[in-house]
Order: sequence, then structure tokens, then C-alpha cells
Amino acid sequence: MLRTLQITALLTFIMAIGMPGSPAQARAARDYISIVGSSTVYPFATVVAEQFGRTTDFKTPKIESTGSGGGMKLFCAGVGVDHPDIANSSRRIKPSEMSTCTANGVTDIVEVKIGYDGIVLANSVDAPRYELGLRDIFLALAKDVPAPDGTEQLVPNPYRKWSDINPALPDRTIEVLGPPPTSGTRDAFAELAMEGGCKTFDWIRAIRKTDKNRYKGICHGIREDGRYVEAGENDNLIVQKLRDNPDALGIFGFSFLDQNADVVQGSFVEGHAPTFDAIAASEYPVSRPLYFYVKKAHVDAIPGIRGYLAEFTSDRAMGEDGYLSERGLIPLSSSEYSEAVSAVSELKTLRLATH
Amino acid sequence: MGNLSQSRAQTLEKVRASLALRYRKERRFRFYGAASVVFGLLLVILLFGSIFGNGYTAFWQTQMQLDIYFDPQIIDPDNTGDPKIIGRANFAKLARHSLAELFPEVSGRRDRRSLNALLSSGAGFQLRKMILNDPELIGETLRLWLPADDEVDMLVKGYVDRTLPQGSRRLKDRQIEWIDELAAQGRIERQFNTAFFTSGDSREPELAGIGSAAKGSLFMLLITLSLSFPLGVAVAVYLEEFAPKNRWSNIIEVNINNLAAVPSIVYGLLGLAVFINFFGLPRSAPLVGGLVLTLMTLPTIIIAARASIKSVPPSVREAALSIGASRMQTIFHHVVPLAMPGMLTGAIIGMARALGESAPLLMIGMIAFIVEMPSTPMDPATALPVQVYLWADSPERAFAERTSAAIIVLLVFLLVMNGAAIWLRKKFERRW
Repeated sequence: MLRTLQITALLTFIMAIGMPGSPAQARAARDYISIVGSSTVYPFATVVAEQFGRTTDFKTPKIESTGSGGGMKLFCAGVGVDHPDIANSSRRIKPSEMSTCTANGVTDIVEVKIGYDGIVLANSVDAPRYELGLRDIFLALAKDVPAPDGTEQLVPNPYRKWSDINPALPDRTIEVLGPPPTSGTRDAFAELAMEGGCKTFDWIRAIRKTDKNRYKGICHGIREDGRYVEAGENDNLIVQKLRDNPDALGIFGFSFLDQNADVVQGSFVEGHAPTFDAIAASEYPVSRPLYFYVKKAHVDAIPGIRGYLAEFTSDRAMGEDGYLSERGLIPLSSSEYSEAVSAVSELKTLRLATH
Repeated sequence: MGNLSQSRAQTLEKVRASLALRYRKERRFRFYGAASVVFGLLLVILLFGSIFGNGYTAFWQTQMQLDIYFDPQIIDPDNTGDPKIIGRANFAKLARHSLAELFPEVSGRRDRRSLNALLSSGAGFQLRKMILNDPELIGETLRLWLPADDEVDMLVKGYVDRTLPQGSRRLKDRQIEWIDELAAQGRIERQFNTAFFTSGDSREPELAGIGSAAKGSLFMLLITLSLSFPLGVAVAVYLEEFAPKNRWSNIIEVNINNLAAVPSIVYGLLGLAVFINFFGLPRSAPLVGGLVLTLMTLPTIIIAARASIKSVPPSVREAALSIGASRMQTIFHHVVPLAMPGMLTGAIIGMARALGESAPLLMIGMIAFIVEMPSTPMDPATALPVQVYLWADSPERAFAERTSAAIIVLLVFLLVMNGAAIWLRKKFERRW
């Protein structure tokens, strides 16, 4: 008994001593690509990573699903094998993130736009299909809305039914399941759908010039009286809840609509249904570009990055009939596509226009 | 006297009158107790039933039988025999050719694409592996079972409603006809899904497995056990047998109890700050995960170990001391062996908790897509609960059953561990 305890104690000691020694070992080299970032880009990036890992001699890249903001924070923390090589993002890099990057020595970044993602408002196939305008969406979900009597002032959102907003809409209570504020989908929805409807009021648009923060507060603020239900980051859960509750609408990414067309249907927005073609032709208004960012300093230091980039931007992946489009990524137009290809082959450094 | 007997009679009467009420109360209480036990059992049955019902189909995978001609023109046109060149060949094409031969009437790019969509992209990977292992096969024709696409799998398993209009299905009418024809030829079969247990994560549900996640979990548990058990036992022995009882030992005791109740995500933050940012250990490594889980389970083990040391009767210690044993000898020859079953039980229950934990791993980068098997605790890896979380968030329908199947595996592990704890207790427990 004493002997075994002594041995285990010794082993523990050795492990504890060995710990500070091991990072040196880890720092020496990393033979796999490390990718972080958006959970929206994750399902696409992982397909490419898997394809790359299985068809080449390189290891399959490691992809962490951290969210766009969290990914950028890790990405911009510095150069070296301890830091990720690529950051996926469901929005463009912010100037503030660029300056963090620069401050930490991450100066040369290559930006690659990979395609578009549509955000859909869907409901159960058992319920009538909605035909919404951006203004309807804003009025249904904003925290404060312009007074219904037409005066130029804001009142707390009084609408209870869709038909209160627009007589053409169904006589059903407003109940929308959507992502929480930490989600990139929520950011994009607020920016594209809410703000799109918000700025149809001329007097609110006028505020933008005088007080940008107030304008943003009005347009992006989502009501908190229970009509908008934060249903978590898991889009599958929203789809399930919609099936059980035909009165509710849900907000999620196009790929989930694509996979569950037998359960849910996408509402028309401004007269366009969220179909693959309508999003690709940018007719459907609520769609956003997806990106990834590459650290130039890592390209030749970590084996396989060039190959991964080539696989991602290849025609069989990102092209119109590529395997990413089968997963629900809306491909780029041909001019944008050739831009992405040249960004990768020439490793063009990103220069953000100064605001 | 008469007064006394009268009052006794009154008391008896009162007792008799209230007796029925008291029995009723007791019966009601017993009923409530039984009802809550039944309610709890029902919930457990509901949980296990729904998970098992959703998940058991994932242990079988639809395979498609094809006659593959390993065409040297495709694999190695210049007859180099160089594995590098062979490795780059388009192996999926071999499977597609063979599928096209079965349906010669299918022509046109669109139709052929939808025919090829019936095959998993894993078919090509499987053929590539076969040829790289045994280049002699080039030029031969073999009848092989290859994985079918997840949509086919869902149809065969009955998850696709054939009566729906074509537009709201992922499989089109023609594809279903082809599948039925293949099935009629006996070329479609459900086989035991070994890949589910041996392979790593994949974005193709039919190729995805829990192998690498299970190995990551195993590494973490080994590290956690080998650190937290000796440390926890040492702390418990010291606190129980050597430490003076004063204010300091009281403070330490209170703090250990507090630590046991700290939410696990806090340990994840601690791990991020200390092990990754300060010591510079790699992100996503089971080593870091194991260290974080060690911190988490340590208080549990210390508390269990102290309780079991306490339950060793003082007479054992006194007897040993009285025949001349030193304190060290008393503790290590008598107290610790007698307390061991309780300590092991505590350790196993702590390990079972650590196995099911995912929140602290979020912070240290283990929520990641990892295909390769980790070969050392320094390689990136995920854990079983993380794999469940990642699959639950995937859009493909077939991942729903994989999620449940992974939960089944996790539950089996937990049941086995808890069972081992009970067995150890039963086997070594000494009653005084």
C-alpha cells in the first residue's frame, strides 16, 4: 500500500514538473491548421477541412466554434503557433478588431469572402405562409415603434397581432423565436431586416445624420415583452419548436430551412421567397456575406495552409455546383468568386478604408 | 381513582377517535412518497426511452453493394506505383462508374449528379485506403459494400415521408426509384455501424463517429484520476489524521466544501487563465482538460475520502498504536486500506461527473471539429459530451440520431462507472 502510494505520488510530481517543460515542446511546431470563429461558417469550413484532410497528406485542420467575435479576439491575440491561423466570420472584421490585431503584431491579414447566408423567417408548413415586408418585420419586433397615429414620436411597441400591423397579414398573435444577442445571426438580422424596415420611416432615417447611436438604438432594439423569444443558438431546436407550435415564426440560417423543408416553410420577404436562387441573385433582402481571415505570417510557417485555401476556393467547393452549395452556402457571383480566388493566390493584404 | 380511570377512558377515546385520522395521514404520506418515486421513475423511463428510441438506429448504417473495377487508367495511368500519385487519384470516380453501370439509362449531367448523390463521399475515401494498403488490387474487380449517403440512410430507416410532394423532400422521386431498385437487387443493406465507434468526427453523418471524442475523454479521465485521486487522498489523510484542529484547518475545511459547489464553468475560466495563458499549454489539448477536471473533482474526492477515514473506528487506530505501530504505520497499514472502498467510490462518482462535463471545456477550446484521433494528451481532441453538443447543432437530419446514439454511449459509460462504484462498495465494505 505504502509503496503504491509512494509511486503515484512520485508520478504526480513528475507530471507536475513536466508541465512547464511541455509548452516549449508544443511551441516548437504545430503540424495542423488551427481555425477559430463563427458558428455559421463552422458547418462549411468543417466540410472543406475534412475534404482537405482526407485527400492530402496533411492533418485535418482543427476548427473551433467560438462565434465571430470570440474568434477574432483569439485570432488577433498574436503571431506564432500558439495563436490560430484562420478566423471564420459571419460579418466583416471591425476596425476596432483590426487595430487590436495591429497592436498585437498581426499586421498582414488576407480577407476571403466565401459566399452568402440567407436568414429566414419560417413557420410550420401547417400554417399559412407569411408575406412580410421589412417594415412589417420592424414593426412587429422593435422595442419602440413610431406611433400608429402617424406622429413623429416613439411609443413602446403596441402591436399584438400581425393583422394589427398590416391587415393583409394573418390574424395571429406575434410570436417569434430567434437567436440571443450573442449570436452573429441576431446581429445580421438586426442590421438587415430590422434596420431595413426602420429606415423606411424618413424621420428615423434623418436621425442617423444627427445621432448615429440613437438611430442604431431605435432600429436594432428588439422588444422584450415576450413576443420575441430567445430560443438559444441551436437552430435545430427552433425548427422543432416551430413544428409543435404553428402560430410561431422562427429566425435561423438558410441551411436549416434547406434541410427541413418538410417541416418548415420560409416566409416571403419583400415579395421574395428565401430560395437558393433568390438569395444568390440578392433578390431576397435578408442575406449576409460570410468571410474568413488568414494570417499571412503563418501561411508558410504552418504546413498545409496554402492547400487548405486552395481547396476552399476551388470550383468543386465554392463554385456554383460545389459541395458547399449542397450544404446551403449561397455561392458568390462570378466576379466576386474570381476576386476570392485571386485574394488567395496573391495573398492580398486587407486594408480597411479608414472611417 | 374513579376520576383517574375516567380520564384514562377519555384519553383512550380521544386516541381512538384520532387513530383513524393518524393512520390516514400516514397512508397519505406513504402514498406521496411512492408517487414521487413513480414520477421520478417515469421521467427516467421517458428520458431513456426517447433517447434510445431516437438513437438505436444509428448503430446500423445503410451500405450499398457495388462491383468496383480498380481501373489503372484512373488510379495510376502512368503505372508509377508511387503512393503519392495513387493517393491523389479520383477514387470516388471508381464508385460512380460502377453505379452508372447499374443504371445505364441515366444520362445527362443533372441526372448523373443526382444518381451519384446516393453514394457517400466516404466511398472514395474507403477505396483510397484499400488501394494504399494493398496496391496489388489495381486492375481487379471486387464486390464491395460501400457507405450510402445519409439521405439514403434516412429513407431506408423510414425517416423520410414518401408521400410528401417532391419539393419538400431532399430526395427526389427518381432517386427513390433508384434506391428501391437497388434494394430489390439486394444491393442495399443495413449493417452494423463499426465506423461510429472507430472514426472521428465528420461532416458526413454516415462517416461521423465518436472514436476520437471517446479517446479524448479517456485521456482526460486518466489524467484527472492520476492527479486528483492521490492528491485528494493525501489531503484527506493529512486533514483527518495529522492537521491540528484550529481556526486554519476550519477555514480550509469550509473552503473545500465551498469549492465543491462552484459552478464548473468557473474552473474552465481558471484553466484558460492559468494553464493556457500563463503556462502556455496548447488549446484544445486533453492535458489541459484533464487538469481543469482535476481541479473540479478534487473537492469531491477530498470530502468523500475524509468521510470514509472518519468512519474507520478509533479502536482500530488504538489497537495498532498499542502494539507499537508508529502513526505512519497505523495510517497506511490499517486506516487507509479500511477507508479505501469509500475513497474509491467517491473517486468514481467524481470521475463520472467529470466525464459528463462540457462547460469547462468550452473555455479551453475543446468545442472543436476534430477528425484525427489524438495520439497523445497534447494533441487536439474533444470529449463525448462536446461531441453530443456539436452534433445537436448540425443541420443535417441524420445527425439527430447520431446525437442520441452518442448520448446512449455516454450513458452506458456512466452506468458502468456508477455500477463499478456500487460493486466496489459491496465487495470491500466492512460494517462495524
